[in-house]
Amino acid sequence: MSVMAPLGSQKEAILGRWLARVIDTYPPETARFLRSQKDPFANPVGHATRQSLTALIDLLVAGLDEAAARAALDPVIRVRAIQAFSPAQAVGFVFDLKVILRETLGTLPKAADELSLLDGRIDRLALIAFDIYMQCREKIYELKANEMKNTTYKAFARAGLIKDQDQGAGQ
Amino acid sequence: MADETPKPSELLSNIDYRPPAKQWMDVPVNIRKGMYCYAANPKSVEYLGLPNARAWNPTDEDWKLPENWQQILHEGFKERLEKFRSIKVFMDICVRCGACADKCHFFIGTGDPKNMPVLRAELLRSVYRNDFTLMGKLLGRFAGARPMTIDVLKEWWYYLFQCTECRRCSLYCPYGIDTAEITMFGRELINLLGLNIDWIATPVANCYRTGNHLGIQPHAFKDMIDFFVDDIEEITGVRMEPNFNKKGADILFITPSGDVFADPGTYTCMGYLMLFHFLKEKYGLDVTWSTYASEGGNFGSFTSHEVMKRLNAKMYLEARRLGVKWILGGECGHMWRVINQYMDTMNGPADFLEVPVNPITGTRFENAASTKMVHIAEFTADLIKHGKLDLKPERNDNKILTFHDSCNPARGMGMFDEPRYVIQNVANHFYDMPANTIREQTFCCGSGSGLNAGENMEERMAGGLPRANAVKYVHEKHGVNMLACVCAIDRAALPTSMAYWVPEVQVTGMTELVANALVLPGEQERTTDLRGEPLPGMEEADE
Repeated sequence: MSVMAPLGSQKEAILGRWLARVIDTYPPETARFLRSQKDPFANPVGHATRQSLTALIDLLVAGLDEAAARAALDPVIRVRAIQAFSPAQAVGFVFDLKVILRETLGTLPKAADELSLLDGRIDRLALIAFDIYMQCREKIYELKANEMKNTTYKAFARAGLIKDQDQGAGQ
Repeated sequence: MADETPKPSELLSNIDYRPPAKQWMDVPVNIRKGMYCYAANPKSVEYLGLPNARAWNPTDEDWKLPENWQQILHEGFKERLEKFRSIKVFMDICVRCGACADKCHFFIGTGDPKNMPVLRAELLRSVYRNDFTLMGKLLGRFAGARPMTIDVLKEWWYYLFQCTECRRCSLYCPYGIDTAEITMFGRELINLLGLNIDWIATPVANCYRTGNHLGIQPHAFKDMIDFFVDDIEEITGVRMEPNFNKKGADILFITPSGDVFADPGTYTCMGYLMLFHFLKEKYGLDVTWSTYASEGGNFGSFTSHEVMKRLNAKMYLEARRLGVKWILGGECGHMWRVINQYMDTMNGPADFLEVPVNPITGTRFENAASTKMVHIAEFTADLIKHGKLDLKPERNDNKILTFHDSCNPARGMGMFDEPRYVIQNVANHFYDMPANTIREQTFCCGSGSGLNAGENMEERMAGGLPRANAVKYVHEKHGVNMLACVCAIDRAALPTSMAYWVPEVQVTGMTELVANALVLPGEQERTTDLRGEPLPGMEEADE
């Protein structure tokens, strides 16, 4: 009996436990809202989290396609990268899956080998999550810098203080 | 040693990933980088004659408050409870039903419970109960009361600037409590201690002195418009000659200065010029710009009712000086809230002006009978309805549009259909976002009420998430690539929000779309839109 087949059949249970842990990284009042509001436009954070986690579990069973994993992780990491989480808290939920898989499937015979395979995939997911997190943070800094640069540059240009705009932009 | 090394499973299971469950009063404020704006420049505070101008830093322990700051706040609170019946009612009648709790874009985006509108208001109500109610005085915390301390003040400051006064929460309140006004009231109180942010204080000082947020002087303001005139001539072959400070003109046009200096608002500004030129050539419409009342925005409304009144008065004083019949207002957000909700009791009635009548169509704008100020969307919709514009909507065919109802024109003046009517007449591809994210339920851009600074980018992105999430939906479903709006703060804030959340979508003003479609008398064959991008079918001509 391998782990993969039950992982597929117990997907909902595993997803439910994982989702609960991720939602519980928010204060209790917020967690209640994130859990109960099902409208994706009224609750974009809850919706993005659920969608990301669902897609990730599918990927875990099917094998890890890098691009698909990136697409699945992006919405939830993009949200957590601007919220009040430390970098570790923002991406750490990926590792929670190891505990949940052990709790759910760990007693099955011959589980160890396949769990170790899944652990490897989870580690890779965590690294991709970290990449996305950093890209989001860099984007935030870039947006800050660009807004400032645009305001100053355009004000100077319109005031006629920049004679050759192409040269000016490069300097 | 080896025996003490925990097993991986022990490590994992011992991590408490949940934040501690505490009563909100026991959760201390944590002023987080990226979530707050820099403190007001003392020169700006001083220029406005507001109290306690000094350099201070929100992350410092010492906020350099006057020694009797608690007394100042208490007396300020008391005075306003007596003066504004609404505030007294808002303090008393909330039953904490929670209808507003999950409606705030900042709560939805940050996940911070203190951004639930009910709790943000509770920050003030708790002090109100302590200072002004018998139950609060007797029962203290059991009655939800707490004394004003420096930590409470810091909490007020932090969360009063995590509200864009968008008023979405008020829509759901069964009692009609205007939580945005609670924020306005709270900000007014902390301004008594000199606790404004610079993104508000300096534009206000500039506007008060020079007439607009950046402090652009009259000649420079005219220069900027002249640049647009050159650009328009290059694109259309038609030279416009806008009026400045023209006495006896029929209509004074006032728009946010953001349209004059910040892309993509500048294209909307070019649109105004083209629309007025068209109407002048075809129908003899006489519109003037003012280089003195060169700002529609009113950041005074984010400071105090008194400063709001001062800035609003400048527009009407200029209308009186020039002797125009009425005022036409551009695509601005909070200008319209000030006009529709406060102007009349602050500076009105403007009975030296005439009830606005569109001289081309004869339409009398009864909704503006008292304020004498008409929105450009109402004006343009009226022109289109009467077939007065020559339009080629196909020039906008490469734009798949949706419309963001800017909070203030939507919830502050109830304007939902006019901008949609205009857009759908000047463009062929339009898709609305989901119903619970538009019209009166619209989500804020996340950067309104003076929060469009750079240093608080995380705050802006979190606040902008619900709006961006709905844009993403229509982008994925209908291929929407352009987000239209009628507010200068939107045009400044949404491109950045889109760049983070939905990078495939750009932002435009309504009048930019009108001008792209508008056929000017005597124009050359146009190959590009106002941004210099090739028009549909003109991709090769442009090269």
